[in-house]
Parts: sequence; C-alpha cells; structure tokens
Amino acid sequence: MSVTIALAGNPNCGKTTLFNELTGSRQHVGNWPGVTVDKKEGIYKKNKEAVILDLPGIYSLSPYSAEEIVARDYIVKDKPDAVIDIVDGTSIERNLYLSLQMMETRIPMVIALNMMDEVEAKGDQIDCEGLSRILGVPVVPVAARSGKGLKKLMEAALSVAENHQKPERLRIFGKELEDVIAGIAATLGGKDPDESWWRAVKLAENDEVVTGSLGPTEKASVKALVDQANQCADGDAEARIADLRYQYISKVVKECVKKAHKDYVETKSDKLDKILTNRILALPIFAAVMYVMFACTFSENFLFVEGLLSPGKWLEGVVGDLWGIGADGIVSTVEGMGASPWAVGLVASCLDGIGSVVGFLPLVLVLFLLLSFLEDSGYMARVAFVMDRIFRHFGLSGRSFIPMLMGFGCSVPALMASRTLESDKDRKITMMITPFMSCGAKLPIYAMFAATLFADQNQTMIVFSVYMLGIVVAVLGALILNKFAFKSGASNFIMELPQYRVPALKSVLIHGGEKVKGFAVKAGTVIFASTVLIWFLSSFNFSGMCDMEESLLASIGNGIRWIFVPLGWGDWRASVGVVTGWIAKENIVATFGQVFGGVSDEMVEAVMAGEEALPAIGEVFNRVSAYSYMAFNLLCMPCFAAVGAIKREMGSWKWTLRAVGFQMATAYVVAFLIHFIGNIIF
Amino acid sequence: MTLGDLKPGQEGIVASIATVGAVKRRIMDMGITPGVKVKIIKTAPLGDPIEVNVRGYELSLRKEEAQKIEMRKS
Repeated sequence: MSVTIALAGNPNCGKTTLFNELTGSRQHVGNWPGVTVDKKEGIYKKNKEAVILDLPGIYSLSPYSAEEIVARDYIVKDKPDAVIDIVDGTSIERNLYLSLQMMETRIPMVIALNMMDEVEAKGDQIDCEGLSRILGVPVVPVAARSGKGLKKLMEAALSVAENHQKPERLRIFGKELEDVIAGIAATLGGKDPDESWWRAVKLAENDEVVTGSLGPTEKASVKALVDQANQCADGDAEARIADLRYQYISKVVKECVKKAHKDYVETKSDKLDKILTNRILALPIFAAVMYVMFACTFSENFLFVEGLLSPGKWLEGVVGDLWGIGADGIVSTVEGMGASPWAVGLVASCLDGIGSVVGFLPLVLVLFLLLSFLEDSGYMARVAFVMDRIFRHFGLSGRSFIPMLMGFGCSVPALMASRTLESDKDRKITMMITPFMSCGAKLPIYAMFAATLFADQNQTMIVFSVYMLGIVVAVLGALILNKFAFKSGASNFIMELPQYRVPALKSVLIHGGEKVKGFAVKAGTVIFASTVLIWFLSSFNFSGMCDMEESLLASIGNGIRWIFVPLGWGDWRASVGVVTGWIAKENIVATFGQVFGGVSDEMVEAVMAGEEALPAIGEVFNRVSAYSYMAFNLLCMPCFAAVGAIKREMGSWKWTLRAVGFQMATAYVVAFLIHFIGNIIF
Repeated sequence: MTLGDLKPGQEGIVASIATVGAVKRRIMDMGITPGVKVKIIKTAPLGDPIEVNVRGYELSLRKEEAQKIEMRKS
C-alpha cells in the first residue's frame, strides 16, 4: 500500500531542495484545481511506495492567499498519511508558528529542522530532543542541501504515518478561551473530533472560509460562542490567538535554543545586502543585473560585441535551424511521395505550428534558469524591495518589473515570469499589460513603416516613440484595471527578505526544465491549432487551394475592413496583416510583401531590417494611419504563443478572453485617438 | 510612537497593532505581535519600504504599514 507524505513549510525554508533530494528527477508538476499554484508530486528514491507531495510555501494557515487555502484544505480534507514540516533553524520562531497551526489539525507529523549547518556556523545550538519532548512531535535535524539526515527523516515520517501517531493537542490558549472553543466544537459535532476542534479554532479566529462553509442554523448556533471568544480576548480573538501561539513559541525557544549572541548580529548575508541595497549602489547594481539577464536571453550583440549571439539567441538559432532542416526533409519526402499540393501545404503548416512552439523553448529555458537563480539566491526579494516605491503608484508590486522588462524581448517567457508575483491581482494585471511592452518580433513592422513613410524623418525617434507609447499605455492600463476591474484587495508589502544563499544547481536546472515542459505541453496546443487554422484560411477558398489574394482570409479581410475605417486603414490588406500577425508579429511584413505585389523573400528580409522601403504600402497608408497601424499591432492581441502562455498562467479561458478583450479594446481606442488627433494636427 | 517613526539602527517593543483584517493578520503571522522586539535595519534606496529585524529574520514592510504598529521604548 502506498503512503502519502506531504512537505509543508515557510517559503525559503529549503522545502524545494528537500523535495528534489528526496524524489530526484521522478517528479510531476501540475496545478491545484482552480488556482495557479504549482502542485508537485514525486516518488521517494529509496522506497517506491512513498509518494511525496510538495505543498506551497506558506507562513500561516490563515485564509488570505490561494497558497494557504490549498495547503490547509489538503491537510484537513485530503489528510496525507503524514506531514514533514520543514523548519528553517535560522529563523526558528517564525517557522514554528506554522508548525503549531499544523499541530492543531492533529495530522501525524515530523519536524525537519533544516539549515542546521548554518545554525552551527553561527555558533548557535538547538536542542532537538528537548524540542521534540515539549512539542510531542519527532524532530530530526537535517541539511537538505547536502542530503544530511534525510534517511533518518524519512524513517521517522514513515513510522509516524504507519502508526497514525497524532501530535497531542497543546493547551496554549488559556482556560477561558479553550472552554469557548470546546463549546464551539461540541456545537459543530461531526464524526471527527479533531476536525471539529480545528474548525472551532478557525471560527474563533473569525476565519472567513470556515465561517462561510456553515449552514444558516449552524451559523446562528455558534454565533453567541464566537462573540464570547472575542469578548474574552478583548474584542479580537484572531489577534489574541496569534499572539498566544507566539508567546508559547518564545517560551519553547528560550528553553531549547542557545544563541551565541544575544543581540542582533550582522551575518555575511547582511553585509552583502548592505552593498546590494545600498542607497547609492542599489539602482546601478540592479540595472546591471537586469541588463545581464536581458542580454543573456535576447541580445544579438552580447556583451556589446557586434554580432555575438547571447546564449538564448544562439540556442534559438540552433534549435530553429535543426527544426528547419528536419521539417524541410519531411516536406520534400511528402512531396516526393506524390502527395497533392494541399496535403504538402497541410504538413508544412503543421510543422510550422510545432516549429513556433519549439522555437520559443530556448528563450524560455535560458530566462528561467536565470530567474530561478535570482529567486533562489534571495535577490528577487530585493528587486521587489527596491522597486516597490515606483510600482505601488500603478497599484502593482516591485516584482512586476521583471515580467515587464522581459516583455521587451519576448512576451512568452515574460508572461510565464509573472508567476513569481505573490498576489493574484498583481499577477493578472501584469499579464494583461506585459504584451504592451514592444517585443522583438514587432520591430520589423516599425522598421518597414519607418523606412517607407518616414524616410525623411529621424527614423530611430519614430521607432523609439512606439516603444514609449507601449510603456505609457501599460502604466495607464494598470491604473485603469486597478481602479475599475479589481476593486478589492488592498495591496500590502509585508514580505520576508530571506538570507542570501548560493542556489543549489540541481533545483535551478529542475525548475528550468519544468518551465520548458509546461510551456510545450500547455501552450503548445493553442499555438498549434491557431497556426493551422490561419494557414487554412490564407491558402483556401471555396473552390480549393489558391493564392492569398483570393483566399478565405482575403474575403474575411474585405468583410471586416470597415471596422478599421475609423483607425485610418480600412483596407483588406491591412486587415489581413493584423490577422497573420497573430501567428507571429513579424509575419505582417511578409504578408505585406505578398499582398502588395509579390515581393521576393530577400526583399522582405531587407524590409524587416529597415534597409529597404516597400513603396506600395503608400497606396493604403499615410503617415498618420501608418502610426495608428503600428500602435494597433503593438497593443492588440499578442501572437498565439503569448496567448497560449496567458492561458497557461491564468488557468482559465474566461480570464484569457478578458485579457485579450482588454488588449483589443485598448488597441482600438489608442489607434483611433492617434488617427483622430493626428489628422487634426497634420 | 509607531514603528514608522523609528530610524535605522533604533529598536523598540511592539505595543499594539492598529489595523484590521488581512493586513493585521499578515503582520501578526509574520511575528510582529505585542511584546516583541523590532529593530530597524534600513530603508530602501528610494526611501520606502523599510527593512526590520524581528524574531531573528529580516522583514520588509511599507512605512504606511509600519505607522499602524504602535511601539513602546525598549
């Protein structure tokens, strides 16, 4: 029979490292239903019967974040056979606060006292036996990073699970309050007295979720008792209970922890932090770190060396070339077999579809290796600390900076980076505005217009102004969304600044690998299906295969072009460009090359680089409508790959559609204003 | 006097927390409860938020939140 053991603990307590050490590569990452919180499962390396589940990192079992609700529902309702509670020995007081709350559920548990190497290095001593005796729970000292103590830990956990060894209930709330809680538990009744007791504690704490789960009669019958609990706690039982837990912990710690220094001592990490968040140096260092991260992923002139590709771009080229060779081979084989043109076209477009997913993987991989390095090292928390002052004005947290910056390279990894945001609201808003940052694929569009219609102007300024427009719209968009779409949820910035640590290489690699896999599987289907659909529309009409000019897509372009008349470019060719841009934004240039009179591939390349003009587009665009068209394509729905990433991260079609709808509406309004105001001025 | 009034390097004892709901719970969950000693480590380069040491670890919070935490002299 298999045994399920859940890992629980604070963020930054070394939980993920422990999980990786216990399960190796045999792990599976999914999502908890309904929320974007990772659910990781794996099998214990040394015993295939033991399933290990990694709960999200939390500080408390309060009902205020998705992570906390997921973790406590799992412990209380699904009841794993045992919980391993990982306690960071270097900040034992705060960590034990979660331990006490888990003990209240009386789930069989073991405490893994982690970072013991750091505790010893500081000269502190923790009496594990004493701690175990007082709490009534086995305590095993470990160092997850070096794998020390893990065998003992698992033995203890398996034994606790087998014997259903529940922790005793600690009497820490004082007689008066305990009596009231016991009264509530008795009123609730129920089969499982432990669960009733836990729910009674939560009711006394005014827990919204547990209170909401009561029927009207139950609610009425416990109300008087809950009021009584509040009364014996001077009006606020929630605060009193939190306080009593910490008072108890202080006593335990006084008995079991011997500190080498009584007062605050500066650690190596603190010294490093003094430099990294120094009043003068912080921003330059931060800019340098961001530059290196961006350059490693997206730069084509890495470290300012002309033509030297960054690791990300280099890998993208290699993967793209290999894929191209393979795909060409398959297509010519199919042709050689004498297949009809439409079948060859279908195969080629399917391969294109898969190719566009594969092409993004190197960027996703490189960016996420770097991101998880920053996250695990502790620097990411400082990024938020440094940038919070600026981003709070837009109703966001400092952490939104990273996805938005990465958006200038490619929206796909940028959107996936939004997962590091703690608040659900921040995450959603950031995802909705990140595509407004002009990604690399949009540059050829601007280059084409700049070379053709703005040849006598400062072309760099024209392109730069489009980038600035994206930033301004993103900021305004965040403000508007905050004000009207997300009313609730006052943001706060009460956040741990963890000690700096050298990240475990294994964790960084596993994390990068997970991201690549997740993107390929989850976003891949969206990208693939829509690429094939657009191919079909652009190469067929009702009588069969045809050129793009006569295709269904051209008919659709003609059918919808009136929508764009107020924007200044109500032309079927411009409309078709918008649609093919959803496959990849740079496609707009290739499409124009085709529909404005069969331009060669070499010519399209030159137009994309801004080296050649495409005078034919002057038939449709003047300067104002060209600018309006650039703005529209900058802001409207991003490419399908990015939509796939939004779908994966939002976890729901409803929110994906809302995001796309918001982007389309913004694009329309901004392009309209540009056309309207532009025509008055020029 | 509140936690927001203290300067880097100063410390004090928490007397009470004058806010409600999720923010108060979060503050207390992170270990800022009446009677605990809090030391200000520094302010962020742009002047806000601040970093404090409490119960042996570093916590950051905005000045606005710190002003809701009443202190007494240690």
